[in-house]
Amino acid sequence: MTPRRQRMIFVAVLLLGVGVAAGLALMALGENMLYFFSPSQIRSGEAPTGQTLRVGGLVVDGTVKRGDGLAVRFDLSDGAHAVTVHYTGILPDLFREGQGIVAMGRLGPDGSFQAQEVLAKHDENYMPPEVAEALKMAREGGSMANPHGPK
Amino acid sequence: MIAELGHFALILALCLSAVQAVIPLVGAARGIVAWQAVAGPAAQAQFVFVAVSFAALTWSFVESDFSVLYVASNSNTDLPLFYRVSAVWGAHEGSMLLWMLILSGWGFAVSIASRSLPFSFRARVLGILGLVSIGFGLFILITSNPFERLLPPAIEGRDLNPLLQDPGMIIHPPLLYMGYVGLSVPFAFACAALLDGRLNAAWTRWTRPWTTVAWVFLTLGIAIGSWWAYNELGWGGWWFWDPVENASFMPWLVATALLHSLAVTEQRGAFRAWTVLLAIFGFSLSLLGTFLVRSGVLVSVHAFATDPARGVFILSFLAIVIGGALGLFAWRAPRVSGGGQFDYLSRETLLLVNNVLLVVASGAILLGTLYPLLHDALGLGKLSVGPPYFNSIFVPLMIPVALLVGIGPLVRWKADTVGAVAARVRWAVVATIVATVALALLGAAETMGLLAAIALALWVTFSTLSGVWQRLRNRRDRIGALGTLPRAFVGMTLAHLGIAVFVVGVAGVTVLSSEKDVRLGTGESTELGGYRFTLVGVAEVPGPNYRAIRGEIQVHQGEERVALLHPEKRFYPIQAQPMTEAAIYQRLTGDLYVALGDQVGDGAWAVRVHEKAFVRWIWAGCLLMSLGGALAAADRRYRPERARVPAAAAGSRA
Repeated sequence: MTPRRQRMIFVAVLLLGVGVAAGLALMALGENMLYFFSPSQIRSGEAPTGQTLRVGGLVVDGTVKRGDGLAVRFDLSDGAHAVTVHYTGILPDLFREGQGIVAMGRLGPDGSFQAQEVLAKHDENYMPPEVAEALKMAREGGSMANPHGPK
Repeated sequence: MIAELGHFALILALCLSAVQAVIPLVGAARGIVAWQAVAGPAAQAQFVFVAVSFAALTWSFVESDFSVLYVASNSNTDLPLFYRVSAVWGAHEGSMLLWMLILSGWGFAVSIASRSLPFSFRARVLGILGLVSIGFGLFILITSNPFERLLPPAIEGRDLNPLLQDPGMIIHPPLLYMGYVGLSVPFAFACAALLDGRLNAAWTRWTRPWTTVAWVFLTLGIAIGSWWAYNELGWGGWWFWDPVENASFMPWLVATALLHSLAVTEQRGAFRAWTVLLAIFGFSLSLLGTFLVRSGVLVSVHAFATDPARGVFILSFLAIVIGGALGLFAWRAPRVSGGGQFDYLSRETLLLVNNVLLVVASGAILLGTLYPLLHDALGLGKLSVGPPYFNSIFVPLMIPVALLVGIGPLVRWKADTVGAVAARVRWAVVATIVATVALALLGAAETMGLLAAIALALWVTFSTLSGVWQRLRNRRDRIGALGTLPRAFVGMTLAHLGIAVFVVGVAGVTVLSSEKDVRLGTGESTELGGYRFTLVGVAEVPGPNYRAIRGEIQVHQGEERVALLHPEKRFYPIQAQPMTEAAIYQRLTGDLYVALGDQVGDGAWAVRVHEKAFVRWIWAGCLLMSLGGALAAADRRYRPERARVPAAAAGSRA
């Protein structure tokens, strides 16, 4: 086999591998993107129902209510609007009233949020950047970038 | 005073790294031997001064000198001594100093162990390492000075992040950095070869052990990070596809590809330009990882601080290093490329496929890691890419790698025939099928996926062992001949068997594990996986710098008590932070893992119980891989006195 032919094979194998992987990656990426919404966006109906998404804000004081077993619900606010989050399970160590958190789950038809996962970060002063931006936007009366872009 | 000494030593080290970079590189370009001779002493002196600086910071921690801002922010007089020492790298500034220490340490090691290298080549290697040192030295002194004073001094420190108060955290960063920064050595070798215009078998024989050692550290560092997350984060997960984990995993994949590509370059002289490119990519990904972790663009337990100046600095540094190296590559690669020819069916081809798959996997992870950042930067909104993306792309790419891993060593270099390869693998095929069917009949397979994973692990094991058999079959005293196998070959065999162990662990923990969150009052119990967990009681116990609530949980299987577990909920008053300390009963076939959640009224507690099947096999597999790497790096042919033996004498080792 000539070196030239060998190089061509090398390049062909490489391109084939990269091509297949790029196809797989884009497909998988499309299926697994989780968009972030602020409570205001959810209130204004920007967020799709029945699709996994993330919502972030501050846990409103006095809204954390325990139910049967490990069920819990609380309100999440960006200062302008609030959305009620339902969750069953163990909350993270740093979950408390007034803390900025991010919840991942689905929006129900009644406008409440069913969380599969609740995240709080391990730092007293820490605020998830999405939450910080959502709070800022709500304060300034603007709106966050629409994840679905201009239609 | 001590802190100023440390600061001053660091400035001197920066000056020395400038000397180490400029004079030898100019000397090598101009052919001035006296200038080239500066490289070694400069690298050694630089290491000494960085070590003095590091020792000064450590001393400030040991003595709890809270007039140093960094110490006051990350330590406390109640913190036990070993955590005061490990707190040195518990946050951004100190971990960058550790990075610098390790970088100059690798430079020191190269300068000591490279006496048999051609003189101008050695000067270039150390010069390139000096250039990297300049970048990091400037970064620390300009944006992240750990010796900054706090006036007036704090009376008490703010304590180390409780998450980092764990034995795993003492060793995880140094090991990971040894690996990360160790990739700077093959990078420097690659750049030096490009500058030199020569890339021969001696070059690869020089680069291989350094790459292997860096890879061993990287493997251990990642494995211990995973083990720490499992123990300390309280979720019972071992890998999260967190951007910071990805940042360490991408260089690992590329370094693994580099190890195999170097084997081809050494044995057959092929893939030269590719090998050089991989060496550049490996270190570039290490730097990219640093950028991702340190710039604050990521949200993670690792993202210590958000300071845009740091991000801009590292990004510029990244652009200079990657751009410079790739520019050098484009300019000089034609000089070093070329090499041996090979047939379609040959070990070269299989290693090429291995390389493509590993690099593509690394690229896919890069895409998933950077995509949210790009999306946000373009103002398209915030999103995150979840673990399903990484699993759905990584697993299909790694299955062919595992299928080929045992065959590769059974195929000859240059050219082979299908019949000959089939004859060599047939026993492995038969053994795999028989063992898989036997296990399926015994009921080991809960799902088809698990059965497939077991078959894959068995295949890796049997085909790898076939490779050993091929080495021994023509020997008279086969048992005795085992001891005479070259270490590189034994190392490769162990590392490949490590993959099999790892696959069993991943499949077991994914398919067979179960978990639930329950509410338990005192005396109440819950069933999981045939075990009964009973909350006996909860008591308050004091710790050195925390208060803990310790639960006592009995685990019974039938009437027999299997384990007594003590999960804790700790509260660190200085950082006002609660921490879950899981209790784990460890066994080879799976862990029983219990964590305390919140108190949910009436003396009842939220309790998380897991049964984690085969989880230890994951880390055992990584340990086997590291052990294999360490053995391979210790092979006799890498010893300096053997460096001049012709490549042919080394035989067909990979």
